[in-house]
Amino acid sequence: MLSFDIFLQPEIFLLWTSFLKTAVLVGVVLTMVAYSVWAERKVSAFIQDRVGPNRVGWAGLLQPLVDGVKLVLKENFVPSGVNKFFFSLAPALAFVPALLVLAVLPFGSSLFGVPMVIANLNTGILWVFAVSSLGVYGIVLAGWSSNSKYPFLGSIRSSSQMISYEIALGLSVIPIFLITGTLNLGEIVQYQTLHGWMVFPMGMSGFNLQRLLLWIPMLISFLVFLIAMFAETNRLPFDLPEAEQELVGGYHTEYSSMRFAMFFLGEYAAMIAGAGVIVTLFLGGWSLPFVPDGSQGWLWGVVNIATFFAKVAAIIFFFLWIRWTLPRFRFDQLMKLGWYVFFEVALVNIFLTAAILLYFRS
Amino acid sequence: MLGSAVAVVLLRNPVNSAMCLVLSFLALAGLYITLDAFFIGIIQVLVYAGAVMVLFLFIIMLLDLKAEARRRLNLAASAGGIAVIGGFALLLVQVVKSLPSAAHPFPALNPDAPSDVVGVGTTLFSHFNLPLQIIGVLLLVSTVGVVVLSRRTLR
Repeated sequence: MLSFDIFLQPEIFLLWTSFLKTAVLVGVVLTMVAYSVWAERKVSAFIQDRVGPNRVGWAGLLQPLVDGVKLVLKENFVPSGVNKFFFSLAPALAFVPALLVLAVLPFGSSLFGVPMVIANLNTGILWVFAVSSLGVYGIVLAGWSSNSKYPFLGSIRSSSQMISYEIALGLSVIPIFLITGTLNLGEIVQYQTLHGWMVFPMGMSGFNLQRLLLWIPMLISFLVFLIAMFAETNRLPFDLPEAEQELVGGYHTEYSSMRFAMFFLGEYAAMIAGAGVIVTLFLGGWSLPFVPDGSQGWLWGVVNIATFFAKVAAIIFFFLWIRWTLPRFRFDQLMKLGWYVFFEVALVNIFLTAAILLYFRS
Repeated sequence: MLGSAVAVVLLRNPVNSAMCLVLSFLALAGLYITLDAFFIGIIQVLVYAGAVMVLFLFIIMLLDLKAEARRRLNLAASAGGIAVIGGFALLLVQVVKSLPSAAHPFPALNPDAPSDVVGVGTTLFSHFNLPLQIIGVLLLVSTVGVVVLSRRTLR
């Protein structure tokens, strides 16, 4: 009989479980990307009183597959006058950071004693910000290397927008760290399983006046973070970089075939990663009230993972809902909103949280 | 890291140079992370690669520098540059040789040490509390100043 002991040595165990987790997570997320495109079309159809995709498979469920085949088979056209190296590099740069963010998200409690997070970094949320800030390069280089006016305008808009809203994004989560005292996303989720979700602290033990008062800055944080996340992922009402009426297609106007698909997938992957961050920070991650974690049996571990992805799906639906409901901002309004409103609100919110915590400590 | 740093200087196209600098920053962050300094490594990516270099790239693209790419190599200047680099490298070797702690490897890190975020935080807020607060006030003043100035120019 073969011995499998070698797979249980700590280092090797860590290695193959990490590989397995990465493969499964990337697989699940890419499937979610494909189906959020389908969901986008279905939701938009529902909101505009149309039917939406319904030809391929039941209710059009095989549509993403067929779209993928179509995009791969199309001619991969490279216009003349582009900077070929950066033109090819940009789609990858737009796609990879979105997937890298997933590495630190705790998507479940534990399964057979293995924690359900790929990299349990102590600086988890900083990793999220650092990597997602690299996503700007893909867009900037795409616009520049295309050697064309509209993509360039789109990429300039996009980079200034992302840089502006990164500040509000970063500041709005500081109150959470003041409360939990950690940057580790797994520990933040642990805190929320014990003390109730950040935006919904009721129904848990230890609910008192402090929790009630801290609920106010948490709600402000959540709103600012959510809106800044819309701007970061270039979703409507902040999708100025690709405003169709003004800029043709924005930074990916000159792209075709699979390179265009990479931008498309990157946008949706960023959306899913962003939804994952929102769920982790504010909506309790994998936790549900009165549901034990994976140490109580593997079934609960699976339930936790399903809970996380269900919450992510709910946030994505919210993203789609907003997109087909609100009109687009004007660019100067967008920048003004970022710098004059969200920046200040997030800053005051930090002081508010600190004051509440100080009052209850003394 | 060194390769991309050299490429920053050698490449003629400013956008190529800027991207090589980004690569160099990322490699430096990787170096920090292999030394178990996750916090510094990630801050390196966040601040330099994520924010500063995007602005650099932005400006370079807006200016659309074509003259730089056409300029010829100045032989005397490059010879002088290489001489300076050589001198600096020699000096560095001398300094490192004269350090007593460089003769033997560093002791292994204490595995029970608190995580680097906690370490950086406690050091900053205990030993360097006053300088930290002064820097904080300075930064706050400059941010408020930026908001005030940009508001004024808009009118």
